[in-house]
Amino acid sequence: MDIKEIIREENLVHKRTPLMTNAPLSYCPGCGHGTAHHIIMEVVEELGIQSDTIGIAPVGCSVLAYDFMDVDMSQAAHGRAPAVATGIKRLWPDKYVFTYQGDGDLAAIGTAETIHASNRGENICIFFINNGIYGMTGGQMAPTTLEGMKSSTTPYGRNTDQMGHPLKITELVAQLPGTYYVTRQSVHKAVSARRTKKAVKKAFEVQKEKKGLAFIEIVSNCNSGWKMTPNEANEWMEEHMFPFYPLGDIKVDGKLTKDVTKELM
Amino acid sequence: MKGNEAVAEAAIRAGVDAYFGYPITPQSEVLEYLTQERPEERTGMIVLQAESEIAAINMVYGAAGTGKKVMTSSSSPGISLKMEGISYIAGAELPCVVLNVVRGGPGLGTIQPSQADYFQATKGGGHGDYRLIVLAPASVQEMADFVDLAFELAFKYRNPAMILSDGLIGQMMEKVEMPDQKERLTEFDQDWVITGKSNGRERNIITSLNLDPEEQYRHNIHLQEKYASMSQDVQFETFHCEDADFLLVAYGSSSRICQKSVDIARSQGKKLGLLRPITLFPFPKEVITKLARQVKGILSVEMSAGQMVEDVKLAVNGRIPVHHYGTFGGKIFSPEDVLEAINEKFVGGL
Repeated sequence: MDIKEIIREENLVHKRTPLMTNAPLSYCPGCGHGTAHHIIMEVVEELGIQSDTIGIAPVGCSVLAYDFMDVDMSQAAHGRAPAVATGIKRLWPDKYVFTYQGDGDLAAIGTAETIHASNRGENICIFFINNGIYGMTGGQMAPTTLEGMKSSTTPYGRNTDQMGHPLKITELVAQLPGTYYVTRQSVHKAVSARRTKKAVKKAFEVQKEKKGLAFIEIVSNCNSGWKMTPNEANEWMEEHMFPFYPLGDIKVDGKLTKDVTKELM
Repeated sequence: MKGNEAVAEAAIRAGVDAYFGYPITPQSEVLEYLTQERPEERTGMIVLQAESEIAAINMVYGAAGTGKKVMTSSSSPGISLKMEGISYIAGAELPCVVLNVVRGGPGLGTIQPSQADYFQATKGGGHGDYRLIVLAPASVQEMADFVDLAFELAFKYRNPAMILSDGLIGQMMEKVEMPDQKERLTEFDQDWVITGKSNGRERNIITSLNLDPEEQYRHNIHLQEKYASMSQDVQFETFHCEDADFLLVAYGSSSRICQKSVDIARSQGKKLGLLRPITLFPFPKEVITKLARQVKGILSVEMSAGQMVEDVKLAVNGRIPVHHYGTFGGKIFSPEDVLEAINEKFVGGL
């Protein structure tokens, strides 16, 4: 069979969404950011809401997210994305507003904004990429760095006596009455990316219905920061990150799916 | 009506779309008045008490990007917290209004009035080479009038504008004539606002980030040219300057006291005048340069250790003696104190 007969519209298994710009992604090969970007833009395309969507780019590796996503976007100061999103959403309540934040941004310097936007039940979507490290600045300890995990500021491993414990902020926000949908997913395999896409779609639907805040954590890798090959990083993530940050829905339709206080202890 | 309440009522009447704030003395009446007045029913204006000063200014940043009229207010320690956000707003070239009802510092300082935030307001305040438009009201009437003026200038230059008041004017009660109710904006400049990428236009991005040094250089040159062009909107008031031998320069509540000093001096046949800058940035340097050719000396009067006096000296450029007189937050000088200071600081006196 000639290859030209195979390359046809009806044989397509995946089509790149036109809502991703042609700018080359600045992320390291094997990083989950690119997949997460694509998923969010695919959902915006499928829901037909591009002209009503406003994104907030954070400080961190995805500081240039607005170069890749073809929607109106606002840059935010480090950690302040939920406050910026609040300002926009309150003035355009019928637009779709999302933030895209890393763990240092969302769970360290921006903890107050995360907790209070969640507690007010702002009708926004928060997409939270947790790779347990500060990637952009060169692999320092993040609030989500696991116990014993090495980083450039924990060269002998995170010592919880000295440096505190890894923070499960997703379990914290799930307990607040303002959050309506809280889930933890990953994007390292085709099947996990499909699950994440379903969750992202649900998050935008929650926003459409003005039910409250939708919070999606995506546990991801940082092979550069972790000093591993992409495959090693994914294996390490499954082996070490997932047991501490278990995947799955935490709060659906405003109801907790499990006793999260147990998870926090 | 109190100065702080006048700002709040004027904000509703100016057609402001949103106010985001956080309580701090001596300006909490702004947020209190706005929540009591139910502006969401009067005009559709949004009022939200934020979890922190930092969150409040970042809500302003986000909302200002939509092209609507947004403001916040605070007092000195709170304004310091907002400075990161104000720098971002200036860098991203967004219009908004920030009211600072100044209290004494440094640190937690005092809740009494002060003018010690002049440097912070007029020299940037946060990181980077930027400037705010700074208006200094001297009465409750001007607290009300300057809300609209500040928005006019903020939108004209796409730049944050600060109303630099102090605890005296914020808490003082005076009669005030309120401006008429304005409609809220219905049309937005599609060249830069984030409203969703509607068909037919490119996506808009609000950012202050330029990783390319050449691009950042061009951006800074553009900003500097913009700040320089603001001199066309300089505003000041003169009081008995025509034949003055000595000149007082004072803004805000200090200018009210100095006006009385001039009255007393004139009743004694002494030729004292007062120049009152209304815009602190742009600073009325040309008129000061001109008056420096006429008067024997200038006394800059502020409730601070001497901040504006540096700008006065720059405008005078060594031609005549310039001195500072002032007290720190909480201790307010009298008109007689100012006259005494002239006699103390200048050889020969008035």
